[in-house]
Amino acid sequence: MSDPIVALYVFVLACFIGYYVIWGVTPSLHTPLMALTNAISGIVIVGALLVAGAERAGLAAELLGFLAVLLASINVFGGFLVTHRMLSMFQKKKK
Amino acid sequence: MLHFSLSAHGQALAYLVSAVLFIFALKSLTHPASARRGNFYGMIGMVIAVAATLLGQEVTSYGFIIAGVAGGAVIGTILAMRIQMAAMPQLVAALHSFVGLAAVLVAIGTFIITAHPDAVMMGELSAGIVIGAITFTGSVIAFGKLQGLISGSPVKFTGQHALNAAMALAVIGFAVHFAMTGSVLSLSLMTLIAFALGVTLIIPIGGADMPVVISMLNSYSGWAAAATGFTLHNNLLIIVGALVGFSGAILSYIMCKGMNRSIINVVFGGFGSGDEADTGAGALAAQRGVKSASVEDVVYWMEDAAKVIIIPGYGMAAAQAQHALKELMELLVARGVDVKFAIHPVAGRMPGHMNVLLAEADIPYERVLEMDEINSEFPTADVALVVGANDVVNPAAEEDKSSPIYGMPILQAGKARQVYFLKRSMRPGYSGVDNLLFYKDNTSLVFGDAKDTIEGMASALKGSGH
Repeated sequence: MSDPIVALYVFVLACFIGYYVIWGVTPSLHTPLMALTNAISGIVIVGALLVAGAERAGLAAELLGFLAVLLASINVFGGFLVTHRMLSMFQKKKK
Repeated sequence: MLHFSLSAHGQALAYLVSAVLFIFALKSLTHPASARRGNFYGMIGMVIAVAATLLGQEVTSYGFIIAGVAGGAVIGTILAMRIQMAAMPQLVAALHSFVGLAAVLVAIGTFIITAHPDAVMMGELSAGIVIGAITFTGSVIAFGKLQGLISGSPVKFTGQHALNAAMALAVIGFAVHFAMTGSVLSLSLMTLIAFALGVTLIIPIGGADMPVVISMLNSYSGWAAAATGFTLHNNLLIIVGALVGFSGAILSYIMCKGMNRSIINVVFGGFGSGDEADTGAGALAAQRGVKSASVEDVVYWMEDAAKVIIIPGYGMAAAQAQHALKELMELLVARGVDVKFAIHPVAGRMPGHMNVLLAEADIPYERVLEMDEINSEFPTADVALVVGANDVVNPAAEEDKSSPIYGMPILQAGKARQVYFLKRSMRPGYSGVDNLLFYKDNTSLVFGDAKDTIEGMASALKGSGH
């Protein structure tokens, strides 16, 4: 199998995992779910690191990469922290 | 600089571990008790992914990376700590836009640093740019509508759908040309039109449909990440993108079902104004045969009730009334009243919005019930207290076949012995549909700011003692 086909296999199977996992999420946690997906979609930081840190990238690519790293990091830090904040509210003082 | 570096295999295995951790993170949201642990799995997954990338052979310089991560950490932390829970929809919209823009930048940057990109790669790049660009500008518009920077009204003009279709075709055309020739001009035009398309796709969608819009953009941000993964041959990005994409898609489906509308209808519909108007509430109410009640009336019915069901809507968020509701709940519970909260799937501006606000006010989640769980309890409730909600309790959805909201599942508040609406004005809900429940014998409206009214109830309850 060629690389793009393998990638397609991974993609389709991951869609099935997404489908079953997300239906299990309790509706009361749908807002934290969105914040958590914000955080993990910050995974585009991996692509941003590859652009910003590439050998002999040139200034244009480095600047694009820097901006992308910045934006993705905001998602990662902002997303995980705000999710944590919300989930702590759901957890404290339950009766 | 670093003497140790990961082999490609080591890196791929690390990515697999972090993909598994992300799946566990989402899976843990099945229950509030396990959810916090799940969030930590997510953080660990992210740390592993970033570390594995930095230790790989492809990353050779670190200056810009350190600056970017440090800046993002500061901004992200400040945003997460300062944001009010009522403003969560805005934060989520902003974060969607960042993912979209980052995907565009990564795709263009990858094109620049790749010596000989082939047609398949340029096709994948195009997908990343287009989805990312639409996600970015669409989320900026959604943010503007939520924040009140631009009108919540649907913006419609003739030929809108034709224009969108033409722009979509142009984007596809330039993408194909770019993939075949590598033309930078086509790349630029494709990118610019995709940015414009994000705007024109979201402006016709009205304020009432914000929960769907936010969910849809959540989904787009996932597909943007997945497209980036295809470009970079990175399975971790593909997996995460698919998970997030499906998460948003399922939430969109749940929101549409909560309004009995199809996604097509939402995208092209232009439903609801989202603008607040406040005109002569009391007088208008009397004219139309609606009873209004005072705080004392409501307290009189609630203090000896066996069961009170509270129905929060966006008005509760707007008035920041959740903390006052908590106090009211405690006073009633102390008197032996069974107090419950009923949540409609589309209450508020995003999925689960009400639940977070009630949790913020420390209202135990055991008292907070979803529509399907609570609807059978309304006939046994003495009082249904509707706080800033409207369409979600409108019996027109069940009784009036000509109503635009006919068929939408509702909370059957009208079946309670007494129904009290806390309202600022007589204006209809976001759908613009008049609420039939206002005219029923057992319904009264209490005009005023929801927070002030509830605080008034609480002090009246304290005063009346036992």
